[in-house]
Amino acid sequence: MPRSCDTLSAPSCPDLDAILARHPAHPRYLLAALQDIQAAFRHIPREAMVRVAAHMGIPESRVYGVATFYKALSLVPKGRKTVKVCMGTACHLRGAPGVLEALENALGIAPGDTTEDGAFSLETVNCLGACALAPVVMVEDTPYGAMTPARVASMLEKERDHAV
Amino acid sequence: MRFENLEDLEHRRRELEARRAEGARVRICAGTGCLAGGSAHVKAAFETEAARRGLTLGVDFRAETTGCHGFCEEGPLVVVEPGGILYRRVQPGDVAEILESTVLGGIPVERLLYRDASGKVCLSEKETPFYAGQDRQVLHRCGHIDPKEIDDYIRTGGYRALGTALSMEPEEVVRTVVASGLRGRGGGGFPTGAKWESCRRASGTHRFVIANGDEGDPGAFMDRSLMEGDPHSVLEGMLIGAHAVGARKGFLYVRAEYPLAVEHLGRAIAQARERGLLGRNILGSGMDFDLEICRGGGAFVCGESSALMASIEGRAGEPRVKYIRSTERGLWNCPTVLNNVETWANVPLVLLRGEKAYRSKGTSGSPGTKVFSLVGKVRHSGLVEVPMGTSLREIVFGLGGGVLGRGRFKAVQTGGPSGGCLPEEKLDLPVDFDRLVEEGSMMGSGGMIVMDQRTCMVDVARYFIGFLAEESCGKCVPCREGLQAILAILRDLTEGRGRPGDARRLEEMGRALSDTALCALGQTAANPVLSTLRFFSEEYREHEENHFCRAGVCRGLYVSRIARESCVGCGACKRTCPTGAISGETKKVHSVDPTSCIGCGACLDTCAFGALAAAPREGTTR
Repeated sequence: MPRSCDTLSAPSCPDLDAILARHPAHPRYLLAALQDIQAAFRHIPREAMVRVAAHMGIPESRVYGVATFYKALSLVPKGRKTVKVCMGTACHLRGAPGVLEALENALGIAPGDTTEDGAFSLETVNCLGACALAPVVMVEDTPYGAMTPARVASMLEKERDHAV
Repeated sequence: MRFENLEDLEHRRRELEARRAEGARVRICAGTGCLAGGSAHVKAAFETEAARRGLTLGVDFRAETTGCHGFCEEGPLVVVEPGGILYRRVQPGDVAEILESTVLGGIPVERLLYRDASGKVCLSEKETPFYAGQDRQVLHRCGHIDPKEIDDYIRTGGYRALGTALSMEPEEVVRTVVASGLRGRGGGGFPTGAKWESCRRASGTHRFVIANGDEGDPGAFMDRSLMEGDPHSVLEGMLIGAHAVGARKGFLYVRAEYPLAVEHLGRAIAQARERGLLGRNILGSGMDFDLEICRGGGAFVCGESSALMASIEGRAGEPRVKYIRSTERGLWNCPTVLNNVETWANVPLVLLRGEKAYRSKGTSGSPGTKVFSLVGKVRHSGLVEVPMGTSLREIVFGLGGGVLGRGRFKAVQTGGPSGGCLPEEKLDLPVDFDRLVEEGSMMGSGGMIVMDQRTCMVDVARYFIGFLAEESCGKCVPCREGLQAILAILRDLTEGRGRPGDARRLEEMGRALSDTALCALGQTAANPVLSTLRFFSEEYREHEENHFCRAGVCRGLYVSRIARESCVGCGACKRTCPTGAISGETKKVHSVDPTSCIGCGACLDTCAFGALAAAPREGTTR
C-alpha cells in the first residue's frame, strides 16, 4: 500500500491548517481547497473532508459529493508521481493505445491504480492539448512527446525516484 | 505604477515603444509543445553563449521567450530578429552556431531552416506555407510578446480597446458587438452581442462575466495557446464585456490539465491589478472590476455552461435544464455572460477596429477569423488562424502540408467528439458555423483531426462513442442507455464479432438518440457514427460481413501482406514481427505466413517502401 498519513497531526504530514487558511470560509473555494489538499496529501483524507466542511460551514455530504465528482480528486492515496497517458483523438490515431498497454505491462497496474511501492499512479486523460507531440505521456508536469511502447521503460527509469 | 487615466496608459505605451531597441534578438517559443521539446534549455544556452562572447544581455542581444508560435510539429522554434529567420527543431547544441553565424554574422544556418514539400528552403515565417496562408488576427501577439510581461502587451497596443470601450456608453459597446456579428467561438456559434444584451437587460444587483477555458474537446488547443501566449487579450475582452453588461466580478475557469495557462493568467491578473487595470476606478472611469481564476477538476461536462457555473459555486459540475438562460439567472442566480476564451480575445479587435472592419473578414453569417488546431495524421500539426469560410482543402493541404509521411488522405474530423468525419470529396466546403452542419458535421471549437488510410473509421466511431458514453451524465435514458448499446455494437465490429445488419441497427439507434436526448451532448452524440456510416459505409460492411479491417487497426481482423513489386528485402518488418510470421533473405522479396500472422499491425508502419498492407484473412469472403 502507498504510504499515507494515518493521522493528520503526524509530524511528517503536510500542514492542513495552512492550506485551509489560504482559502476563505466560503463554499466557492471548496474545489480549490480540495485541489490543494489533493496536491499536498496525494489524496483527500477523510479527516480533511470533515475539517473542510467545518471551515466552510457546509455539510460533510457536500464535500464528499464534490470530492468524488471530479477526476482530479481521489479518496485513495495516489503514487508519488502520476503518469498521465493522453487518449485524445490525435494521440489515439498516432498510437496511444499501444503506449498505454506498454505502461500497464511495465507498471503491472491498470489505469486508475497505483503501484504497490507507491511510486507511480497510472491515469488516462482525454486530451493534454499538446497534439503535435502525439502520442503524449505526462509524468507530473513533464511531457514526453512522440512516445512509443519501446520508450516506456527508459521514461519510467528516468522518472523513478531512487531516493525514496 | 498605476495608470490613473487613459493618458497615463498611452504615455506608457509611447515610452515603451521609444525605449524598445530593435537590436539583435531571438524569439524562442515557450508554448507547451516547444517546452516539451526542450526550448527552456535552448533559451539557457542562448544566454550562456551570449555571455561567453561578451554580449551584454538585454542590450547587445536579447533572448526572449514567447507564447506558442503555432508551428508545433517543427518545434522547438526560434526566430532570429531582425529579419525573422525561422529555425526549427533547435537544440541547445545548435545555439552557438546560430549566434555566431546569424546573430553576429547575418548568415542563415541552412540545416535548421524549414524546407517545404518541394524541397525549397524557407528563410522566414513569411516564406513558409504554414504561416503565409494564415491571417493571424486573434493570434497576432502570440509568439511575438512575452506573455509574462504586461509591458509587452501595452507596448503593442494592449488595453487601448478598453480605453475605447470606456469612452463609450455600455449600450453603445453592446451595439457595436451586435453589429460586428461576433459569434461564440466555443462551438455553439451563439451571437455574442445578443448574449450581452440579454444580460444587460436582465434584472439583478450583481452581474458576472466568465471565460470558459475548460477546453475539453480532444484535439483542440487554441484556448490553451491563447491563455498561455497572450493572457492579457482575454482579460481585456472580459473588462470590455464587464463594462458593457455592468459586471463587477469575473471568473476564468481553466482546465485542470493546463498548469501553464493558470500560471500565466495568474501573473497577468496580478500585473493588471498593479497597473490599476483591475480593481477600483479603472483608468479613472469609475468602473470597478476584478477577476479570479478557478481551476477545473477534470470533468469534460464542465465545459457546458451551467455545469461550469455549478463548479465555480463549489458544487459538483452537473448541467441543469435551461428553461431560463444563464444571461438572466446564471452564477448564483445572477445575470451572467459566459463566453469562450477565444471569443473574449476577439472582443478587443472588434472595439479597436470597429464592426465594419471586423465584418470585412470571414463570411456574412460568420464574420471574423477562426483559430483551428490541425492535428492527427497531418504533416504540420499546429495552430492556424484563417478567415471563416476558408475551405477544408486549403487548411489541411495548403497550411497543413497534407498527410504525414507516406499516408493517403482519408477523412478530416471536425467539431470534437460530437462532430463528424468528412471525406475527400467534401474538402472544398468552406468552414464556418453553418456550412459543416449541413454535411452532418460541425465546426465546433476548431479542432481538426486529419486521418489517413491507416485510420479505421469504425474504430474512430468506437473511440468517440466510448468517450461520450463515459462523459454522459446519465440523466436521460436515450443518452445513458443508447450510447452503451451503440458502443457494444461498435466493440463487436472492431473485435471480430460483427453480424450482418449491425450498420443498419447503428443507424436506427443513432437517429433515435439524436431525436430524443435531453441536452446537446446527447443530441449530437450519434454524429461520429452517423457521419462515418454516411461516407464510409463500405468499411462497416467489411467489418460486419467479412470481419476485415482494411486499415489494419482492428486487431486480428486482417493479415499483413507484402506487395512483391515494392519489397526491397530490407528485413525491417521481419525484425518487428512478434510471431516470426515474416520470412525472407536479405535483399530478396519477403513474405508473410498468413497462418502465423496474428494481425497485430506491428509491421505495417515499419516499411519505408509501402510494401505492407492489410489483407483479409483466409476463409473470409470478400
